[in-house]
Amino acid sequence: MCLGVPGRVLRVEGTVADVDFFGVRRQTRLDLVDEPVAPGDYILNHVGFAIRRIDPSEIEETLALYELLLREDSDDIMASDVRGEIDAARSATFDASAPAETDR
Amino acid sequence: MTTVPSPAATAAESELKFRDPERGRALTSAIERTCDQIGRSPVTVMHVCGSHEQAIAKFGLRAVFPKRLDVIMGPGCPVCVTDLPEVDEAVVLAEDGVRVVTYGDMLRVPGTSRSLADVQATGAKVEVVYSADQAVRIARRTSDPVVFFASGFETTAVATAAIVLDDPPPNLSILSAHKYIPPVMEIVAEMPHTRIEGFLAAGHAATITGWGIFERFVERHGIPVVVAGFEPLDILAGLARLTELIRDGERRVVNAFPRCVTREGNRNAQRQLWRVFRTTGGMWRGIAHVPNGNLRLRDEFAHVDARRRFAIDLKRLWNHAPSALTQQCICGDIMAGISSPDKCALFGKACVPDSPVGACMVSSEGTCRIWHQYGGHPSL
Repeated sequence: MCLGVPGRVLRVEGTVADVDFFGVRRQTRLDLVDEPVAPGDYILNHVGFAIRRIDPSEIEETLALYELLLREDSDDIMASDVRGEIDAARSATFDASAPAETDR
Repeated sequence: MTTVPSPAATAAESELKFRDPERGRALTSAIERTCDQIGRSPVTVMHVCGSHEQAIAKFGLRAVFPKRLDVIMGPGCPVCVTDLPEVDEAVVLAEDGVRVVTYGDMLRVPGTSRSLADVQATGAKVEVVYSADQAVRIARRTSDPVVFFASGFETTAVATAAIVLDDPPPNLSILSAHKYIPPVMEIVAEMPHTRIEGFLAAGHAATITGWGIFERFVERHGIPVVVAGFEPLDILAGLARLTELIRDGERRVVNAFPRCVTREGNRNAQRQLWRVFRTTGGMWRGIAHVPNGNLRLRDEFAHVDARRRFAIDLKRLWNHAPSALTQQCICGDIMAGISSPDKCALFGKACVPDSPVGACMVSSEGTCRIWHQYGGHPSL
């Protein structure tokens, strides 16, 4: 669970960012990150929060591992931890009055 | 060896493993050369991160480590070190009708007599969340009391701190099982049966705390620390640097993951962490009492602390003797670095992911679970 997952920031609104995680659009909270985040930046998301802005010049190496993991089957524990990290970010179309979406 | 060998590398794995094959070869031969120069056997180093073990096992890195280098996983799985009474507290709350929400790995961790999954099966309200933020949203949708049973190291505890500071709904409480890694490194470094010569620290935890946090540890214990990332090449680069420090008797911290880690770390996250939590001593399951190893809510946040808001009576769970199988579990020895899953009589037989005996077979960050999926030591 400590692996986190990187994503590209699409839009920032207050303390929440819309983020593209390998084609999945989610919302990540920005309460914890320690520098300003802007569209085009990459962030490292852990349990629904951005914990670091990653410099765009350094992102290539970071992405390769995840691109490989996301091609793996769902029974691969490392791949499923990464998918869990994407699921930890709030669904961009989340509606607070909707029934529980957490049961699996 | 009784463990299954690593599954054959898929094309995709080879692609990554050899993304820069020349660099990979250069690093492995550098590690081998340095270990030869050290001359001792084994040279033992420890990492403290489930994601490191996943990467080492998944990409078969132990097959390219020199024979005399022993890379062992320490207490790097927060679910695995959660103590029985902490699980019991969540179980009792759920049995008493409180809605308990928790990260998925905690569901099947055995308590003294029952796990959260057991009480969920008999009708208790137990829900899995992926994030602290989800726990808040669940609490907002109901008038039931909701307890977020929160586990994880400092990397995850910061998220719990953020929701506590963001005006949580009054029916939400936190049952903190959060743990703090630096103090347990001190304990493991001094254990009589371990001879750890260097630590590989987890890159993403250090993203929060900064690598500077390990300087005091190095000063006190004289053991070098290298902060490393999670790609196969990151891990090899970290080990190459760590073995050099061991060879040269250099006692210092080296940051081999500069693209994510700075000396100071994420100060904003640290401020929130220490505003909400304080450290207390407590048992880490199977390992030891760890002074300052547990993160608990400060008095100021008593109004969100499940331990202060509910009378949690654990005694009713304690007239059960632990099962005979549980007593054979060597999870604690594995996390202390003095044994490995393949030396456990239960591993892969009485203890498998579908019916785990110990927490190390439950969590995706547990050594046994990881070795069960990928194999541990390759058959040489």
